[in-house]
Amino acid sequence: MASAPAQADFKTRLQNLIPKLVLAPSLAVIFLFVYGFIIFTGYLSFTDSRILPSFNLVGFENYSKLFRLSHWTTSITNLAIFASLYIGISTLIGLSLATFLDQKIRGEGLLRPIYLYPMALSFIVTGTAWKWLLDPGIGLEHTMHLWGWTSFHFDWIKNSDYAIYTVVIAAVWQSSGFVMAMFLAGLRGIDNEILKAAQMDGAGNWQMYRRIILPQLRPAFLSAFVILSHLAVKSYDLVIALTGGGPGRATELPATFMYSYTFTRNQMGIGASSAVIMLMTIAAIMVPYLYAELREKK
Amino acid sequence: MSVATQDTALRTGRVARTLIYLFLLLMALFYLLPFGIMVINSLKPLSEITGGNMMSLPQEWTLDAWRAAWSTAQIGVEPTGMRPYFWNSIKMVVPAVAISTVLGALNGYVLTKWRFRGDTILFGLMLFSCFIPFQIVLIPMARVLGLMGLAGTTSGLILVHVVYGIGFSTLYFRNYYAVFPTELVRAAMMDGAGFFRIFWRILMPSSGPITVVCIIWQFTNIWNDFLFGASFADFDSQPITVALNNLVNSSTGVKEYNVHFAGAIYAALPTLLVYIVAGRYFVRGLMSGSVKG
Repeated sequence: MASAPAQADFKTRLQNLIPKLVLAPSLAVIFLFVYGFIIFTGYLSFTDSRILPSFNLVGFENYSKLFRLSHWTTSITNLAIFASLYIGISTLIGLSLATFLDQKIRGEGLLRPIYLYPMALSFIVTGTAWKWLLDPGIGLEHTMHLWGWTSFHFDWIKNSDYAIYTVVIAAVWQSSGFVMAMFLAGLRGIDNEILKAAQMDGAGNWQMYRRIILPQLRPAFLSAFVILSHLAVKSYDLVIALTGGGPGRATELPATFMYSYTFTRNQMGIGASSAVIMLMTIAAIMVPYLYAELREKK
Repeated sequence: MSVATQDTALRTGRVARTLIYLFLLLMALFYLLPFGIMVINSLKPLSEITGGNMMSLPQEWTLDAWRAAWSTAQIGVEPTGMRPYFWNSIKMVVPAVAISTVLGALNGYVLTKWRFRGDTILFGLMLFSCFIPFQIVLIPMARVLGLMGLAGTTSGLILVHVVYGIGFSTLYFRNYYAVFPTELVRAAMMDGAGFFRIFWRILMPSSGPITVVCIIWQFTNIWNDFLFGASFADFDSQPITVALNNLVNSSTGVKEYNVHFAGAIYAALPTLLVYIVAGRYFVRGLMSGSVKG
Protein backbone atom coordinates (compact mmCIF):
# COMPACT_ATOMS: atom_id res chain seq x y z
CA MET A 1 0.00 0.00 0.00
CA ALA A 2 2.81 2.34 0.90
CA SER A 3 4.54 1.73 -2.40
CA ALA A 4 1.84 3.40 -4.50
CA PRO A 5 2.66 7.00 -3.45
CA ALA A 6 6.35 6.20 -3.68
CA GLN A 7 5.85 4.93 -7.18
CA ALA A 8 3.86 8.04 -8.10
CA ASP A 9 6.62 10.12 -6.60
CA PHE A 10 9.19 8.29 -8.69
CA LYS A 11 7.08 8.86 -11.79
CA THR A 12 6.83 12.62 -11.22
CA ARG A 13 10.52 12.81 -10.61
CA LEU A 14 11.14 10.96 -13.82
CA GLN A 15 8.72 13.28 -15.59
CA ASN A 16 10.66 16.23 -14.28
CA LEU A 17 13.90 14.72 -15.41
CA ILE A 18 12.90 13.84 -18.97
CA PRO A 19 12.94 17.42 -20.33
CA LYS A 20 16.46 17.92 -19.05
CA LEU A 21 17.55 14.56 -20.42
CA VAL A 22 16.16 15.54 -23.82
CA LEU A 23 17.99 18.85 -23.79
CA ALA A 24 21.21 17.35 -22.45
CA PRO A 25 22.72 15.92 -25.66
CA SER A 26 22.38 19.21 -27.53
CA LEU A 27 23.84 21.14 -24.64
CA ALA A 28 26.68 18.67 -24.22
CA VAL A 29 27.52 18.93 -27.90
CA ILE A 30 27.37 22.74 -27.84
CA PHE A 31 29.52 22.99 -24.73
CA LEU A 32 32.11 20.63 -26.13
CA PHE A 33 32.19 21.63 -29.81
CA VAL A 34 31.60 25.34 -29.39
CA TYR A 35 32.76 26.56 -26.00
CA GLY A 36 35.28 23.80 -25.39
CA PHE A 37 36.77 24.44 -28.81
CA ILE A 38 36.85 28.19 -28.23
CA ILE A 39 38.83 27.60 -25.05
CA PHE A 40 41.13 25.18 -26.88
CA THR A 41 41.80 27.60 -29.73
CA GLY A 42 42.21 30.40 -27.21
CA TYR A 43 44.80 28.30 -25.39
CA LEU A 44 46.62 27.48 -28.64
CA SER A 45 46.87 31.19 -29.38
CA PHE A 46 49.19 31.46 -26.38
CA THR A 47 51.42 28.56 -27.44
CA ASP A 48 54.19 28.07 -29.96
CA SER A 49 52.08 25.67 -32.08
CA ARG A 50 53.31 25.35 -35.64
CA ILE A 51 52.20 22.49 -37.85
CA LEU A 52 50.75 20.58 -34.87
CA PRO A 53 49.25 21.86 -31.64
CA SER A 54 51.84 22.37 -28.93
CA PHE A 55 51.11 23.14 -25.30
CA ASN A 56 54.20 25.21 -24.70
CA LEU A 57 53.00 28.61 -23.51
CA VAL A 58 54.66 31.70 -24.94
CA GLY A 59 52.40 34.45 -23.56
CA PHE A 60 51.20 37.11 -25.96
CA GLU A 61 53.95 36.49 -28.48
CA ASN A 62 51.57 35.34 -31.23
CA TYR A 63 49.45 38.43 -30.82
CA SER A 64 52.39 40.81 -30.96
CA LYS A 65 53.73 38.94 -34.00
CA LEU A 66 50.30 39.01 -35.56
CA PHE A 67 49.98 42.75 -35.43
CA ARG A 68 53.44 43.21 -36.82
CA LEU A 69 52.62 41.10 -39.89
CA SER A 70 51.77 43.28 -42.87
CA HIS A 71 49.67 40.38 -44.14
CA TRP A 72 47.41 40.73 -41.09
CA THR A 73 47.23 44.51 -41.12
CA THR A 74 46.27 44.30 -44.80
CA SER A 75 43.56 41.81 -43.88
CA ILE A 76 42.02 43.95 -41.18
CA THR A 77 42.27 47.11 -43.28
CA ASN A 78 40.50 45.23 -46.06
CA LEU A 79 37.88 44.02 -43.62
CA ALA A 80 37.28 47.60 -42.45
CA ILE A 81 36.84 48.81 -46.05
CA PHE A 82 34.78 45.80 -47.05
CA ALA A 83 32.55 45.75 -43.97
CA SER A 84 31.73 49.46 -43.96
CA LEU A 85 30.91 49.56 -47.68
CA TYR A 86 29.08 46.25 -47.63
CA ILE A 87 26.94 47.23 -44.65
CA GLY A 88 26.40 50.79 -45.86
CA ILE A 89 25.52 50.01 -49.48
CA SER A 90 23.39 46.97 -48.66
CA THR A 91 21.43 49.02 -46.15
CA LEU A 92 20.99 51.88 -48.59
CA ILE A 93 19.86 49.62 -51.44
CA GLY A 94 17.70 47.49 -49.16
CA LEU A 95 16.01 50.54 -47.70
CA SER A 96 15.40 52.18 -51.08
CA LEU A 97 14.00 49.01 -52.58
CA ALA A 98 11.72 48.45 -49.62
CA THR A 99 10.53 52.07 -49.57
CA PHE A 100 9.79 52.13 -53.27
CA LEU A 101 8.20 48.68 -53.29
CA ASP A 102 5.87 49.89 -50.58
CA GLN A 103 4.32 52.53 -52.89
CA LYS A 104 1.51 50.30 -54.17
CA ILE A 105 3.71 48.97 -56.94
CA ARG A 106 2.20 46.81 -59.63
CA GLY A 107 4.12 43.58 -59.97
CA GLU A 108 5.52 43.71 -56.44
CA GLY A 109 4.92 40.00 -56.11
CA LEU A 110 7.17 39.42 -59.08
CA LEU A 111 9.90 41.91 -58.16
CA ARG A 112 10.35 40.86 -54.55
CA PRO A 113 11.52 37.31 -55.26
CA ILE A 114 13.86 38.63 -57.98
CA TYR A 115 15.59 40.89 -55.47
CA LEU A 116 15.89 38.12 -52.94
CA TYR A 117 16.91 35.03 -54.91
CA PRO A 118 20.69 35.57 -54.69
CA MET A 119 20.35 34.88 -50.97
CA ALA A 120 19.54 31.27 -51.85
CA LEU A 121 22.81 30.85 -53.76
CA SER A 122 26.12 29.71 -52.38
CA PHE A 123 28.84 32.36 -52.23
CA ILE A 124 30.89 30.07 -54.44
CA VAL A 125 28.25 30.32 -57.17
CA THR A 126 28.05 34.09 -56.71
CA GLY A 127 31.82 34.30 -56.90
CA THR A 128 31.94 32.21 -60.08
CA ALA A 129 29.36 34.41 -61.81
CA TRP A 130 30.96 37.72 -60.83
CA LYS A 131 34.52 36.62 -61.39
CA TRP A 132 33.74 36.13 -65.03
CA LEU A 133 31.50 39.16 -65.38
CA LEU A 134 34.21 41.41 -63.94
CA ASP A 135 37.02 39.83 -65.96
CA PRO A 136 38.05 42.61 -68.37
CA GLY A 137 39.13 40.15 -71.06
CA ILE A 138 35.78 38.47 -71.46
CA GLY A 139 33.16 40.09 -69.24
CA LEU A 140 31.66 43.54 -68.96
CA GLU A 141 34.63 45.49 -70.36
CA HIS A 142 34.91 43.17 -73.35
CA THR A 143 31.18 43.48 -74.03
CA MET A 144 31.28 47.28 -73.90
CA HIS A 145 34.18 47.26 -76.35
CA LEU A 146 32.20 45.01 -78.70
CA TRP A 147 29.30 47.41 -78.45
CA GLY A 148 31.57 50.19 -79.61
CA TRP A 149 32.38 51.91 -76.29
CA THR A 150 36.10 51.25 -76.71
CA SER A 151 37.25 53.64 -74.00
CA PHE A 152 35.27 51.77 -71.36
CA HIS A 153 37.65 50.57 -68.70
CA PHE A 154 36.73 48.31 -65.80
CA ASP A 155 39.54 46.08 -64.59
CA TRP A 156 39.10 46.45 -60.82
CA ILE A 157 39.30 42.72 -60.24
CA LYS A 158 42.83 42.67 -61.68
CA ASN A 159 43.89 45.89 -59.98
CA SER A 160 45.21 45.50 -56.45
CA ASP A 161 44.04 48.98 -55.44
CA TYR A 162 40.45 48.30 -56.44
CA ALA A 163 39.96 44.52 -56.18
CA ILE A 164 38.45 44.75 -52.69
CA TYR A 165 35.59 46.80 -54.15
CA THR A 166 34.68 43.96 -56.49
CA VAL A 167 34.19 41.79 -53.41
CA VAL A 168 31.87 44.50 -52.11
CA ILE A 169 29.88 44.50 -55.37
CA ALA A 170 29.36 40.74 -55.36
CA ALA A 171 28.54 40.64 -51.65
CA VAL A 172 26.03 43.49 -51.96
CA TRP A 173 24.43 41.68 -54.89
CA GLN A 174 24.03 38.62 -52.72
CA SER A 175 22.57 40.14 -49.57
CA SER A 176 20.92 43.49 -50.30
CA GLY A 177 17.66 41.74 -51.20
CA PHE A 178 17.62 40.24 -47.76
CA VAL A 179 17.99 43.68 -46.20
CA MET A 180 15.11 44.80 -48.42
CA ALA A 181 12.95 42.02 -46.97
CA MET A 182 13.77 43.11 -43.43
CA PHE A 183 12.92 46.74 -44.11
CA LEU A 184 9.77 45.82 -45.99
CA ALA A 185 8.56 43.83 -42.99
CA GLY A 186 9.34 46.86 -40.84
CA LEU A 187 7.44 49.22 -43.16
CA ARG A 188 4.42 46.95 -43.26
CA GLY A 189 4.34 47.03 -39.49
CA ILE A 190 3.94 50.81 -39.30
CA ASP A 191 0.54 52.00 -38.21
CA ASN A 192 -1.04 53.82 -41.14
CA GLU A 193 -3.23 56.00 -38.97
CA ILE A 194 -0.14 57.91 -37.84
CA LEU A 195 0.80 58.59 -41.46
CA LYS A 196 -2.74 59.68 -42.29
CA ALA A 197 -2.76 62.04 -39.33
CA ALA A 198 0.59 63.53 -40.32
CA GLN A 199 -0.66 63.98 -43.86
CA MET A 200 -3.71 65.81 -42.55
CA ASP A 201 -1.41 68.10 -40.60
CA GLY A 202 0.23 68.99 -43.88
CA ALA A 203 3.51 67.16 -43.46
CA GLY A 204 5.45 66.84 -46.71
CA ASN A 205 6.69 63.53 -48.05
CA TRP A 206 10.28 64.02 -47.05
CA GLN A 207 9.34 65.27 -43.61
CA MET A 208 7.04 62.32 -43.05
CA TYR A 209 9.70 59.94 -44.15
CA ARG A 210 12.37 61.38 -41.94
CA ARG A 211 10.30 62.14 -38.87
CA ILE A 212 7.89 59.22 -38.79
CA ILE A 213 8.88 56.34 -41.02
CA LEU A 214 12.63 56.15 -40.49
CA PRO A 215 12.46 56.28 -36.67
CA GLN A 216 9.96 53.41 -36.70
CA LEU A 217 12.41 51.30 -38.69
CA ARG A 218 15.00 51.37 -35.91
CA PRO A 219 14.67 47.67 -35.04
CA ALA A 220 15.09 46.74 -38.72
CA PHE A 221 18.21 48.92 -38.97
CA LEU A 222 19.65 47.24 -35.91
CA SER A 223 18.93 43.72 -37.14
CA ALA A 224 20.32 44.51 -40.58
CA PHE A 225 23.47 45.92 -39.05
CA VAL A 226 24.01 42.94 -36.77
CA ILE A 227 23.38 40.35 -39.47
CA LEU A 228 25.50 42.10 -42.10
CA SER A 229 28.39 42.80 -39.78
CA HIS A 230 28.67 39.23 -38.62
CA LEU A 231 28.47 38.05 -42.23
CA ALA A 232 31.22 40.52 -43.12
CA VAL A 233 33.60 39.29 -40.44
CA LYS A 234 32.94 35.68 -41.45
CA SER A 235 33.36 36.32 -45.19
CA TYR A 236 35.53 33.62 -46.62
CA ASP A 237 33.85 31.68 -49.43
CA LEU A 238 33.19 34.71 -51.60
CA VAL A 239 36.79 35.91 -51.53
CA ILE A 240 38.06 32.42 -52.27
CA ALA A 241 35.76 32.06 -55.26
CA LEU A 242 36.05 35.60 -56.58
CA THR A 243 39.68 36.58 -56.17
CA GLY A 244 41.39 33.91 -54.09
CA GLY A 245 42.67 36.75 -51.89
CA GLY A 246 44.48 38.35 -54.79
CA PRO A 247 45.77 39.98 -56.84
CA GLY A 248 48.71 39.63 -54.49
CA ARG A 249 47.14 40.08 -51.07
CA ALA A 250 44.76 42.80 -52.17
CA THR A 251 41.60 41.04 -51.02
CA GLU A 252 42.85 39.02 -48.05
CA LEU A 253 40.43 39.12 -45.12
CA PRO A 254 40.94 37.81 -41.57
CA ALA A 255 39.09 34.60 -42.47
CA THR A 256 41.41 33.82 -45.40
CA PHE A 257 44.42 34.90 -43.34
CA MET A 258 43.51 32.48 -40.56
CA TYR A 259 43.07 29.62 -42.97
CA SER A 260 46.33 30.11 -44.81
CA TYR A 261 48.43 30.70 -41.68
CA THR A 262 46.98 27.68 -39.92
CA PHE A 263 46.77 25.14 -42.69
CA THR A 264 49.20 26.10 -45.41
CA ARG A 265 51.92 28.10 -43.67
CA ASN A 266 51.89 25.92 -40.55
CA GLN A 267 51.81 28.82 -38.12
CA MET A 268 49.00 27.44 -36.00
CA GLY A 269 49.68 29.70 -33.01
CA ILE A 270 49.32 32.82 -35.13
CA GLY A 271 46.33 31.35 -36.94
CA ALA A 272 44.65 30.67 -33.60
CA SER A 273 45.31 34.19 -32.36
CA SER A 274 43.74 35.64 -35.51
CA ALA A 275 40.67 33.43 -34.97
CA VAL A 276 40.41 34.72 -31.41
CA ILE A 277 40.42 38.31 -32.67
CA MET A 278 37.68 37.45 -35.16
CA LEU A 279 35.60 35.87 -32.42
CA MET A 280 36.01 38.87 -30.17
CA THR A 281 34.95 41.22 -32.94
CA ILE A 282 31.76 39.26 -33.50
CA ALA A 283 31.13 38.80 -29.79
CA ALA A 284 31.36 42.57 -29.28
CA ILE A 285 28.42 42.95 -31.68
CA MET A 286 26.39 39.81 -31.01
CA VAL A 287 26.51 39.49 -27.22
CA PRO A 288 24.84 42.83 -26.41
CA TYR A 289 22.33 42.24 -29.20
CA LEU A 290 21.38 38.74 -28.08
CA TYR A 291 21.30 39.90 -24.47
CA ALA A 292 18.85 42.67 -25.28
CA GLU A 293 16.73 40.41 -27.50
CA LEU A 294 16.41 37.66 -24.94
CA ARG A 295 15.78 40.01 -22.03
CA GLU A 296 12.91 41.81 -23.71
CA LYS A 297 10.94 38.59 -23.91
CA LYS A 298 10.48 38.26 -20.17
CA MET B 1 -9.20 58.56 -47.15
CA SER B 2 -10.33 56.33 -44.31
CA VAL B 3 -9.52 53.10 -46.09
CA ALA B 4 -6.68 51.53 -44.11
CA THR B 5 -3.98 50.22 -46.36
CA GLN B 6 -1.00 48.04 -45.60
CA ASP B 7 1.65 50.16 -47.25
CA THR B 8 3.30 53.45 -46.43
CA ALA B 9 2.51 54.90 -49.85
CA LEU B 10 3.20 58.60 -50.04
CA ARG B 11 1.49 61.07 -52.35
CA THR B 12 3.54 60.90 -55.48
CA GLY B 13 3.23 62.57 -58.85
CA ARG B 14 3.45 60.96 -62.25
CA VAL B 15 7.11 61.75 -62.77
CA ALA B 16 8.04 60.42 -59.36
CA ARG B 17 6.14 57.21 -59.99
CA THR B 18 7.82 56.70 -63.34
CA LEU B 19 11.21 57.17 -61.71
CA ILE B 20 10.31 54.71 -58.98
CA TYR B 21 9.31 52.08 -61.52
CA LEU B 22 12.46 52.74 -63.49
CA PHE B 23 14.62 52.30 -60.40
CA LEU B 24 12.85 49.11 -59.41
CA LEU B 25 13.20 47.64 -62.90
CA LEU B 26 16.86 48.56 -63.17
CA MET B 27 17.52 46.91 -59.83
CA ALA B 28 15.66 43.81 -60.98
CA LEU B 29 17.98 43.74 -63.97
CA PHE B 30 21.00 44.08 -61.66
CA TYR B 31 19.90 41.01 -59.69
CA LEU B 32 18.88 38.96 -62.70
CA LEU B 33 21.78 39.63 -65.04
CA PRO B 34 24.76 37.87 -63.42
CA PHE B 35 22.96 34.58 -63.01
CA GLY B 36 20.91 34.97 -66.18
CA ILE B 37 23.95 35.61 -68.37
CA MET B 38 25.61 32.62 -66.78
CA VAL B 39 22.67 30.39 -67.71
CA ILE B 40 22.61 31.66 -71.30
CA ASN B 41 26.35 31.24 -71.76
CA SER B 42 26.28 27.73 -70.35
CA LEU B 43 24.22 26.85 -73.42
CA LYS B 44 26.84 28.10 -75.90
CA PRO B 45 29.83 26.27 -77.31
CA LEU B 46 33.09 27.60 -75.85
CA SER B 47 34.14 29.35 -79.07
CA GLU B 48 31.06 31.56 -78.89
CA ILE B 49 31.99 32.69 -75.39
CA THR B 50 35.65 33.46 -75.95
CA GLY B 51 35.09 34.89 -79.40
CA GLY B 52 31.69 36.49 -78.95
CA ASN B 53 29.58 38.75 -76.81
CA MET B 54 28.35 37.47 -73.47
CA MET B 55 25.13 39.43 -73.86
CA SER B 56 24.06 37.73 -77.07
CA LEU B 57 21.97 34.61 -77.26
CA PRO B 58 23.65 31.39 -78.42
CA GLN B 59 23.82 30.98 -82.19
CA GLU B 60 24.11 27.29 -81.59
CA TRP B 61 22.21 26.01 -78.58
CA THR B 62 23.94 23.06 -76.98
CA LEU B 63 23.78 21.05 -73.78
CA ASP B 64 27.35 19.80 -74.20
CA ALA B 65 28.66 21.95 -71.36
CA TRP B 66 25.94 20.65 -69.06
CA ARG B 67 26.81 17.07 -69.93
CA ALA B 68 30.52 17.70 -69.48
CA ALA B 69 30.06 19.48 -66.16
CA TRP B 70 27.93 16.64 -64.87
CA SER B 71 30.00 13.65 -65.83
CA THR B 72 33.35 14.30 -67.52
CA ALA B 73 34.84 17.62 -66.41
CA GLN B 74 38.20 17.55 -64.67
CA ILE B 75 37.77 18.32 -60.97
CA GLY B 76 40.98 18.23 -59.00
CA VAL B 77 42.83 15.34 -60.61
CA GLU B 78 39.90 13.15 -61.63
CA PRO B 79 37.73 13.70 -64.71
CA THR B 80 34.56 12.82 -62.82
CA GLY B 81 32.35 15.83 -63.38
CA MET B 82 30.13 17.19 -60.63
CA ARG B 83 28.03 14.06 -60.32
CA PRO B 84 29.80 12.30 -57.41
CA TYR B 85 30.02 15.57 -55.48
CA PHE B 86 26.36 16.27 -56.01
CA TRP B 87 25.58 12.95 -54.35
CA ASN B 88 28.12 13.67 -51.61
CA SER B 89 26.19 16.84 -50.86
CA ILE B 90 22.86 14.99 -50.83
CA LYS B 91 24.23 12.30 -48.53
CA MET B 92 25.48 14.99 -46.19
CA VAL B 93 22.52 17.37 -46.31
CA VAL B 94 19.61 14.97 -45.79
CA PRO B 95 20.72 13.42 -42.46
CA ALA B 96 22.18 16.69 -41.17
CA VAL B 97 18.93 18.57 -41.83
CA ALA B 98 16.78 15.79 -40.37
CA ILE B 99 18.79 15.41 -37.18
CA SER B 100 19.21 19.11 -36.49
CA THR B 101 15.50 19.76 -37.11
CA VAL B 102 14.35 16.99 -34.74
CA LEU B 103 16.76 18.17 -32.05
CA GLY B 104 15.69 21.76 -32.56
CA ALA B 105 12.02 20.84 -32.18
CA LEU B 106 12.64 18.93 -28.95
CA ASN B 107 14.88 21.68 -27.56
CA GLY B 108 12.36 24.37 -28.43
CA TYR B 109 9.64 22.33 -26.72
CA VAL B 110 11.67 21.92 -23.53
CA LEU B 111 12.78 25.55 -23.46
CA THR B 112 9.22 26.89 -23.70
CA LYS B 113 6.92 24.33 -22.07
CA TRP B 114 9.19 22.73 -19.47
CA ARG B 115 11.03 25.80 -18.32
CA PHE B 116 13.59 25.64 -15.54
CA ARG B 117 15.96 28.06 -13.87
CA GLY B 118 18.65 29.28 -16.20
CA ASP B 119 16.99 28.08 -19.39
CA THR B 120 17.26 31.49 -21.07
CA ILE B 121 20.99 31.63 -20.45
CA LEU B 122 21.41 28.14 -21.89
CA PHE B 123 19.39 29.17 -24.93
CA GLY B 124 21.52 32.30 -25.30
CA LEU B 125 24.64 30.14 -25.28
CA MET B 126 23.13 27.88 -27.93
CA LEU B 127 22.11 30.86 -30.03
CA PHE B 128 25.52 32.52 -29.86
CA SER B 129 26.99 29.35 -31.31
CA CYS B 130 25.34 30.10 -34.68
CA PHE B 131 27.13 33.39 -35.01
CA ILE B 132 30.69 32.47 -34.07
CA PRO B 133 33.26 32.73 -36.84
CA PHE B 134 33.89 29.08 -37.57
CA GLN B 135 37.61 29.73 -37.84
CA ILE B 136 37.64 29.51 -34.05
CA VAL B 137 36.67 25.82 -34.13
CA LEU B 138 38.56 24.63 -37.21
CA ILE B 139 41.74 23.48 -35.48
CA PRO B 140 40.20 21.49 -32.61
CA MET B 141 37.48 20.14 -34.91
CA ALA B 142 40.06 18.74 -37.30
CA ARG B 143 41.76 17.02 -34.34
CA VAL B 144 38.55 15.66 -32.85
CA LEU B 145 37.27 14.33 -36.19
CA GLY B 146 40.62 12.61 -36.61
CA LEU B 147 40.44 11.08 -33.12
CA MET B 148 36.89 9.87 -33.78
CA GLY B 149 37.97 8.32 -37.07
CA LEU B 150 35.62 10.64 -38.95
CA ALA B 151 38.20 12.77 -40.75
CA GLY B 152 37.36 13.10 -44.43
CA THR B 153 34.03 11.29 -44.15
CA THR B 154 30.46 12.29 -44.82
CA SER B 155 29.55 11.24 -41.26
CA GLY B 156 32.09 13.73 -39.97
CA LEU B 157 30.53 16.53 -42.01
CA ILE B 158 27.06 15.52 -40.83
CA LEU B 159 28.26 15.79 -37.24
CA VAL B 160 29.77 19.21 -37.86
CA HIS B 161 26.64 20.56 -39.54
CA VAL B 162 24.33 19.17 -36.86
CA VAL B 163 26.44 20.72 -34.10
CA TYR B 164 26.52 24.18 -35.65
CA GLY B 165 22.93 23.93 -36.90
CA ILE B 166 21.25 23.18 -33.57
CA GLY B 167 21.35 26.82 -32.49
CA PHE B 168 19.21 28.01 -35.38
CA SER B 169 16.79 25.09 -35.40
CA THR B 170 16.28 25.55 -31.65
CA LEU B 171 15.69 29.26 -32.20
CA TYR B 172 12.95 28.60 -34.76
CA PHE B 173 11.03 26.12 -32.65
CA ARG B 174 11.52 28.02 -29.43
CA ASN B 175 10.07 31.22 -30.88
CA TYR B 176 7.24 29.26 -32.47
CA TYR B 177 6.30 27.28 -29.38
CA ALA B 178 6.63 30.36 -27.17
CA VAL B 179 3.28 31.61 -28.49
CA PHE B 180 1.65 28.18 -28.44
CA PRO B 181 -1.02 28.15 -25.66
CA THR B 182 0.58 26.67 -22.57
CA GLU B 183 -2.90 25.95 -21.13
CA LEU B 184 -3.31 23.13 -23.62
CA VAL B 185 -0.07 21.58 -22.39
CA ARG B 186 -1.14 22.05 -18.75
CA ALA B 187 -4.50 20.44 -19.40
CA ALA B 188 -2.86 17.44 -21.05
CA MET B 189 -0.51 17.12 -18.09
CA MET B 190 -3.51 17.08 -15.73
CA ASP B 191 -4.92 14.26 -17.79
CA GLY B 192 -1.74 12.35 -17.15
CA ALA B 193 -0.11 12.74 -20.56
CA GLY B 194 3.68 12.48 -20.42
CA PHE B 195 6.45 14.52 -22.00
CA PHE B 196 6.62 12.78 -25.35
CA ARG B 197 2.88 12.20 -25.61
CA ILE B 198 2.22 15.93 -25.24
CA PHE B 199 4.86 16.74 -27.80
CA TRP B 200 3.60 14.18 -30.27
CA ARG B 201 -0.15 14.72 -29.88
CA ILE B 202 -0.41 18.42 -29.09
CA LEU B 203 2.56 20.35 -30.43
CA MET B 204 3.58 18.29 -33.44
CA PRO B 205 0.25 18.54 -35.30
CA SER B 206 0.55 22.32 -35.47
CA SER B 207 4.29 22.49 -36.13
CA GLY B 208 4.03 22.10 -39.90
CA PRO B 209 4.93 25.63 -40.99
CA ILE B 210 7.89 26.08 -38.67
CA THR B 211 9.22 22.66 -39.62
CA VAL B 212 9.18 23.71 -43.26
CA VAL B 213 10.93 26.97 -42.38
CA CYS B 214 13.56 25.15 -40.37
CA ILE B 215 14.18 22.48 -43.01
CA ILE B 216 14.57 25.08 -45.75
CA TRP B 217 16.94 27.20 -43.70
CA GLN B 218 19.11 24.26 -42.68
CA PHE B 219 19.05 22.82 -46.18
CA THR B 220 20.14 26.10 -47.77
CA ASN B 221 22.87 26.72 -45.21
CA ILE B 222 24.33 23.24 -45.25
CA TRP B 223 24.11 22.82 -49.01
CA ASN B 224 25.86 26.15 -49.52
CA ASP B 225 28.57 25.56 -46.93
CA PHE B 226 32.09 25.75 -48.24
CA LEU B 227 34.40 26.21 -45.26
CA PHE B 228 33.67 22.92 -43.49
CA GLY B 229 33.63 20.99 -46.75
CA ALA B 230 36.97 22.45 -47.77
CA SER B 231 38.48 21.81 -44.35
CA PHE B 232 37.23 18.38 -43.36
CA ALA B 233 36.32 16.43 -46.52
CA ASP B 234 38.19 14.33 -49.05
CA PHE B 235 37.19 12.99 -52.44
CA ASP B 236 34.56 10.60 -51.07
CA SER B 237 32.83 13.29 -49.09
CA GLN B 238 33.58 16.65 -50.71
CA PRO B 239 30.40 18.64 -51.18
CA ILE B 240 29.47 20.27 -54.47
CA THR B 241 30.56 23.77 -53.44
CA VAL B 242 34.13 22.55 -53.00
CA ALA B 243 33.95 20.71 -56.32
CA LEU B 244 32.72 23.84 -58.07
CA ASN B 245 35.57 25.87 -56.66
CA ASN B 246 38.04 23.22 -57.80
CA LEU B 247 36.44 23.05 -61.23
CA VAL B 248 36.68 26.80 -61.75
CA ASN B 249 40.19 27.19 -60.34
CA SER B 250 42.01 24.01 -61.23
CA SER B 251 41.56 23.77 -64.96
CA THR B 252 44.92 23.90 -66.61
CA GLY B 253 45.09 25.08 -70.17
CA VAL B 254 41.92 26.34 -71.76
CA LYS B 255 39.33 27.75 -69.38
CA GLU B 256 36.07 26.08 -70.32
CA TYR B 257 33.78 28.84 -69.17
CA ASN B 258 30.63 27.18 -70.39
CA VAL B 259 31.44 24.08 -68.32
CA HIS B 260 32.15 26.24 -65.26
CA PHE B 261 28.79 27.93 -65.65
CA ALA B 262 26.93 24.67 -66.01
CA GLY B 263 28.74 23.42 -62.91
CA ALA B 264 27.73 26.54 -60.99
CA ILE B 265 24.13 25.99 -62.02
CA TYR B 266 24.19 22.40 -60.77
CA ALA B 267 25.48 23.70 -57.44
CA ALA B 268 22.78 26.37 -57.31
CA LEU B 269 19.84 24.35 -58.60
CA PRO B 270 18.65 22.56 -55.43
CA THR B 271 18.53 25.69 -53.27
CA LEU B 272 17.04 27.73 -56.10
CA LEU B 273 14.31 25.14 -56.59
CA VAL B 274 13.52 25.20 -52.90
CA TYR B 275 13.39 28.99 -53.08
CA ILE B 276 11.06 28.98 -56.06
CA VAL B 277 8.76 26.31 -54.64
CA ALA B 278 8.68 27.55 -51.05
CA GLY B 279 9.91 31.14 -51.22
CA ARG B 280 7.40 32.31 -48.66
CA TYR B 281 8.84 29.98 -46.03
CA PHE B 282 12.36 30.88 -47.07
CA VAL B 283 11.69 34.54 -46.35
CA ARG B 284 10.05 33.69 -43.06
CA GLY B 285 13.11 31.72 -42.06
CA LEU B 286 15.41 34.59 -42.94
CA MET B 287 13.30 36.97 -40.94
CA SER B 288 12.96 34.89 -37.81
CA GLY B 289 16.66 34.21 -37.97
CA SER B 290 17.27 37.91 -37.52
CA VAL B 291 14.26 39.70 -36.12
CA LYS B 292 13.40 37.68 -33.09
CA GLY B 293 10.18 37.77 -31.13
